Amino acid sequence: MTAPATAAESRASAADAGRTRPDPAGSGRVRRPIPEPTPVPMAHRRRKDRLATIAVCGAFVLALIPLVSLVWIVVSNGISRFGWTFLNTDMVGVYGSMVSGGVYHAIIGTLQVTGIAAVISIPLGIFTAIYLVEYGRGPLKRGITLLVDVMTGIPSIVAGLFAFALFTILFGPAYKAAVIGGVALAVLMTPVVVRSVEEMLRLVPNELREAAYALGVPRWLTIVKVVLRTAIAGITTGIMIAIARVIGETAPLLVTVGLAAGVNWNAFEGRVATLPVYVYRQYAQGGASIDRAWAGALTLIAIVMLLNLLARLVSRYFSPRT
Amino acid sequence: MTSATPRLSPPSPASSGLGGESRSGRFGNRLFAAISTGAGVTILIALAAVAAFLLVRAWPAFTASPGEVADATQGAGFWGYVAPLAFGTVLSSAIALVIAVPLSIGIALFISHYAPRRLASGLGYLIDLLAAIPSVVFGLWGMAFLQPLISPVLEWLSSTLGFIPIFAGYQAPARNVLTAGIVLAVMIMPIITATIREVFLQVPRLHEEASLALGATRWEMIRQAVLPFGKSGIISASMLGLGRALGETMAVLMVLSPGFAINFFLLKPGQHSSIAANIAAQFPESSGIAVDVLIATGLILFILTFAVNLLARWIVARRAQFDGAN
Repeated sequence: MTAPATAAESRASAADAGRTRPDPAGSGRVRRPIPEPTPVPMAHRRRKDRLATIAVCGAFVLALIPLVSLVWIVVSNGISRFGWTFLNTDMVGVYGSMVSGGVYHAIIGTLQVTGIAAVISIPLGIFTAIYLVEYGRGPLKRGITLLVDVMTGIPSIVAGLFAFALFTILFGPAYKAAVIGGVALAVLMTPVVVRSVEEMLRLVPNELREAAYALGVPRWLTIVKVVLRTAIAGITTGIMIAIARVIGETAPLLVTVGLAAGVNWNAFEGRVATLPVYVYRQYAQGGASIDRAWAGALTLIAIVMLLNLLARLVSRYFSPRT
Repeated sequence: MTSATPRLSPPSPASSGLGGESRSGRFGNRLFAAISTGAGVTILIALAAVAAFLLVRAWPAFTASPGEVADATQGAGFWGYVAPLAFGTVLSSAIALVIAVPLSIGIALFISHYAPRRLASGLGYLIDLLAAIPSVVFGLWGMAFLQPLISPVLEWLSSTLGFIPIFAGYQAPARNVLTAGIVLAVMIMPIITATIREVFLQVPRLHEEASLALGATRWEMIRQAVLPFGKSGIISASMLGLGRALGETMAVLMVLSPGFAINFFLLKPGQHSSIAANIAAQFPESSGIAVDVLIATGLILFILTFAVNLLARWIVARRAQFDGAN
C-alpha cells in the first residue's frame, strides 16, 4: 500500500524531472537524480515529453476557444436588443423589417413546455432511481439500467417525432399543443434525472439506513425520511441540470409545437412559441430578425447559465457535511 | 468504487410485534415498492412505445406504392431518398469524431495528469459548460464566428490541394460538410472528454508509479500506463460521441447548405444533408405521405443511434467487470 501523499510527491518530482531547468517553486522538494548513460536518446525523450506537454496544453486551450468566443459573440451581438422591453413584448403585429418585438410569449411557452416535461419526468425519474438503488435486482434491474443509459442517447428529434406520432394517432392529425412538446422533452429529461438521482442515492451511507431499520422504521419511511432527505441537495442539483439541458432543445419543439406570435396560455390547445424555436425562426428569416435571434440566444444562454449556477450553489451550500 | 447495490434486509414486521403500526408499515412498504418498480417498468414501456409509435406512423412509407412515395421523395423512392441522407449523417459525424477524439484525449489528459489538482475540477467544469449550451446557439456561433474564421483557410486548401477530390470545389460561404463537422466536434467534445476523464482518473496509481520508477518521462508514463488502461474507455466514449453527433439536428441544419449527393467533396456546398436536419427542415411544411416518409427516416436514425449507444454501453459494462482486479 502506498500512502497518497507519497504518490503525489512522486508524481510531482517526476514531472519536474521531465523539465530541463529545475522549477524554482518546487526547489524545496527532494529531486530524484536521473542517471544519464546515453545523453542523446535522453534528450530525444525529453524533447518528446516536452512536445506532448505542449500538445496536451494546446488541446485544452483550443477547446476553450469555442466557449469563450461563443459567449463573447452572443453577448456582443445580443446586447443591443436585449433589455426589459425585449423580455416583456411579444411578436403580435410585427412584420417585415420592423425592429420591435420581443420574446415574452416564447418565455411563457418555454416555461409551459419545460414545466410539463418536469412534471412527468421528475417523479418518474426519482422513483426509477429508488427502484434501482433500493429494490432492484436481477435481470429487470440490469435491463432498466442499460436502457436508461441507451435512452440518454436518443436523438432529440426522434423524441419529437415520437411525441408527434403519439398525439396524432390519439387525437387526430391537426392537434398542436404545448403538451406534445412537453412529452417529447420528458423522453429526453427522464434518463438524465434517473442517472443523477441514482448517483446521489448511492452516496447515502448504509449505516443511516441500518440505523433507521434498527429503530423499527418501515422501509418506505426510511427511504422517504432518511435516504431522500440526506440526498436532497444532490437530487435538486441533478434536476436543475436536467432542466437546463432540455430547456434549450430546439429540434423536438420545431417538429411538434411550431411557433406562435402571441402568448398562448392553454397548454392543451393550439401552437405555442418557445425560446429555442423562436431563435431559430428569427435567424432563418434573416434581415432585421437576426438581431432578435441574437437577443433571444442571449436570453436562452442566460437562463441556462443561471440554472447551472444555481445548481452549483445548491450543491455547495445544502449538501450534508461529513 | 463499489457498484454493488446495498443489500439490506428490511425489518420483518411480522416478528417485530408492534401491532397496528407494523401493519401500516407493511402496506406502505408494499405500495412504495410497487410504485418504484412501476416507475422502472414505465421506462421500459416508454422506450418500447417510442419504437412502436414511430413504426406505426412510418409503416405507410414502407408499404405504399412507389408512385405515392415518389411524390414525397422527388422521385427517388424511399431507399434512394434515405441513402444520401444516411451517408451525409455518417460523413458529418465521422468528421466530427476525427476532430473531437484526439482533442478530447488531450483535454482529459490535461485535466487528469497535467493541470494542478486545485485547477483541474474547475477546468473540467468549464468544459462541461460547453455541453450545457443549447444547440441552436451553436448554430448561430457556427455562422457568425466559425465561418468567417475558417473561410480563408479552406480557400487556400482548395486552391493548393484542389486536385484531391476531398479538397476540391470550395465556394465562398463555408456552408459545407467540413464546417458542419467542426461544429459537431465542438458539441460532442464535452461528453467524450467527461467519459475519458473518468477512465483516466481510475488508472491504478501503482501502474503509473511503476512506470515513473523505471525512469519514464511523464509522456512515456502516459503511453505505458494510462493509454492502454483507458483504451476501451476511449473507444466507448468515442461511440457515445458518435451517437450524439448522428442525432444532432440544429447545428447541421443551420450551418450546412443541404444537398442529396453521395460523394466526398468536403468543401463543396450543397452536397450533403443529414437525416435529423432534413426532418427538421421538411417536417413543418410536410403533409400526408411525406410526413410518414420523414418519420420513417427518423425511425432509421433511432435504430442507428440505438445500436451505437448499445455497443458503447456494452463495452463500458464489459470493462467494469475487470475493475475489481485492480
